[in-house]
Amino acid sequence: MEKLLHVSSSPHVRSKAKTSTIMLLVIIALWPAACFGVWLNGPYAAAVLGVSIGAAVLTEYIYERLMKRPVTVGDGSAVVTGLLLGMNLPPLVPLWMPVLGSVFAILVVKQLFGGLGQNFMNPALAGRCFLMISFSARMTSFAVSDGTLNKIVDTVSGATPLAEIKGGGSFDLLSMFLGTTRGTIGETCTLALLAGGIFLVITGVIRLTVPLAYLGSFSVFALLAGGHGMDFPWLAAQLCGGGLMLGAWFMATDYVTRPITRTGQIVYGIILGIMTGLFRFFGGSAEGVSYAIIFSNLLVPLIERLTLPGGFGIKRKGGADK
Amino acid sequence: MKKNTPAERLYNGLVKENPTFVMMIGMCPTLAVTTSMMNGIGMGLTTTVILTVSNLMISALRKFIPDGVRMPAYIGIVASFVTIVEFLLSAYIPSLNDALGIYIPLIVVNCIILGRAEAYAGKNKVIPSIFDGIGMGLGFTVGLVAIGAVREIIGAGTLLGFQVLPESYEPVGIFIQAPGAFLVLALLTALLNKIRAGKPKKDGKPSGGCGSGGCAGCGNSSCAGKNL
Repeated sequence: MEKLLHVSSSPHVRSKAKTSTIMLLVIIALWPAACFGVWLNGPYAAAVLGVSIGAAVLTEYIYERLMKRPVTVGDGSAVVTGLLLGMNLPPLVPLWMPVLGSVFAILVVKQLFGGLGQNFMNPALAGRCFLMISFSARMTSFAVSDGTLNKIVDTVSGATPLAEIKGGGSFDLLSMFLGTTRGTIGETCTLALLAGGIFLVITGVIRLTVPLAYLGSFSVFALLAGGHGMDFPWLAAQLCGGGLMLGAWFMATDYVTRPITRTGQIVYGIILGIMTGLFRFFGGSAEGVSYAIIFSNLLVPLIERLTLPGGFGIKRKGGADK
Repeated sequence: MKKNTPAERLYNGLVKENPTFVMMIGMCPTLAVTTSMMNGIGMGLTTTVILTVSNLMISALRKFIPDGVRMPAYIGIVASFVTIVEFLLSAYIPSLNDALGIYIPLIVVNCIILGRAEAYAGKNKVIPSIFDGIGMGLGFTVGLVAIGAVREIIGAGTLLGFQVLPESYEPVGIFIQAPGAFLVLALLTALLNKIRAGKPKKDGKPSGGCGSGGCAGCGNSSCAGKNL
C-alpha cells in the first residue's frame, strides 16, 4: 500500500438544502392558496397578508438587533410564519390584528425560546390562537368585502361551511373543494392547498407520513364517532372544510414542532386526527385544527422520548429505553 | 444587614426571597385570582394577616409542639385563623369574599404559610417571626398587585375598575383569562431577574452570592444553574 487513499471523516454526502431554500419552497407551495384567497376576498386580504408578513419580519429583525444576535431574517422563516398567520385570519380583520399576532408569534413563541429551531409550538398557530382567545368575535366573523380597499361592506356575512354542517345545514361539496366559500384567507381552497402539499412532497420538503396519518386517523375517527355513520360526502366535506388541509400539509409538518422519528410522526399524526375530531364533533365550536396542532406540539418531546430508537447492538426493553 | 432583625425580615420577604418572583411559591392563588388589581390586593392582604398571626402562634408554641406531629399542628393553627378570617370577610367585605371564592379556604394549604412555619417560625423567636410573616405577606401582595395590574390594564383597559386606557382601546382578552396569568408571571419574573442580575461577574459567581441551603433551595437565579 504505497498510495494512501484520500481519507475524510463522515458525513460524505451533503445536501445542498438550506433553511432559506426550504422556506422558499414552502412559500411557493402556499402561493396558489394565498392568491386564491386574495382573488376571492378582494385586495384587502392582500393587505392583511402583507401586514402580517411585514410585522413578523420586522419583529424578528428588531429583536435580533436589540439582543445583538445574528440577524436571521434572510432565512425566510419569519416570512413563512407571517404568511401562515395571515392565511389563518378572516379576510376582514382590522390591520392591527395581524400585527399583534405576528409580534406574539415571533417575539414570545419563537425568539424568547431561542429563535428558529427552539420554538415549542408552531408560532403562526400560537399567534392565531392568541388572537382567537382575545378577539373571538372578530376572528369568527367571515364577511365578504365588496372588493375595494378599505371600503368594507357586510353584504354577505354568514357562517363557514363547517359551522353550517355543525348546525345541521347542507353543504356544496364542489364549492368547498374549489374554495368559493367563507373562511380564513388561506384555508378555503382545498384544490390549491392539495397542489401545494403535493409540490412539497415532490420537492422533498415534507414526507407524506404526518399528513397521511393526520387525515387518515381523522377520517377513521369521523366515521366511527362523528355521529353520521358511513356518510362519505359528509366526510369529504369535513376534510375539505375549515383549516384541516392547511394544517395537515403546512403546519403539522413544521420541522421544528413535529417528532423526528418516523414512528413518532405516525403517533403524532394519529393524535392530531383524534384531537381534531374531538374538538370538531364534541367541542363547542365547529373548528379545532389550530388547537389540536398546538396541543400536539406540546406532546412532541414525550412522543420522541418514547419512540427514539436504541443504539446499534443495544437491546431495547419494552420500547422505551434510556 | 444583621440577621433576624425586623428590618432584615421585611427586606427578605419583600425583595430577597420574594415569594412570587424569586421563590415561585403560592402559584395557585397567584395565577388564579390576579384577574384584576383589586383581587390581588385583597388576596395579598388576607394572606398577610393569616401569615402574620400563624407565624406568631407557631413561633410562640414551637417548644411545645412535638417534632413528629408538627405538620398537623401547624395546619390546625393555620386552619383556625383561615376560618376566622373567612367569616370576617363574608360578614364585612362580602364582595371580596365572592371574588376570591374557594381561594380563601385554600390559604390553609398555601405553600407560603406552611413554608414559613416550617422554615422560619418553627425555629425562631416570636418578634422576628411576626416580621417574617409581615415581610413575606407584603412580598406576596406586591407580586399579586403587579401581576393583577398588568393583566387588568392590558386585558380590560381598566385599573382598580377605572378606565385608564382610551375607550377606543380594544382589550386583549387573553390577559384576563388563564393563559394571560402564565404570560404575565413569566414576563415579570424575567424582567425582574434581568434587573436583579445586572451584568454577570467575571468569577462566575451569581450577583448577590449563593443562597443558603444549596442550589436546590436557592432563589438566586442569576447564576442560571451554572453553580450546580
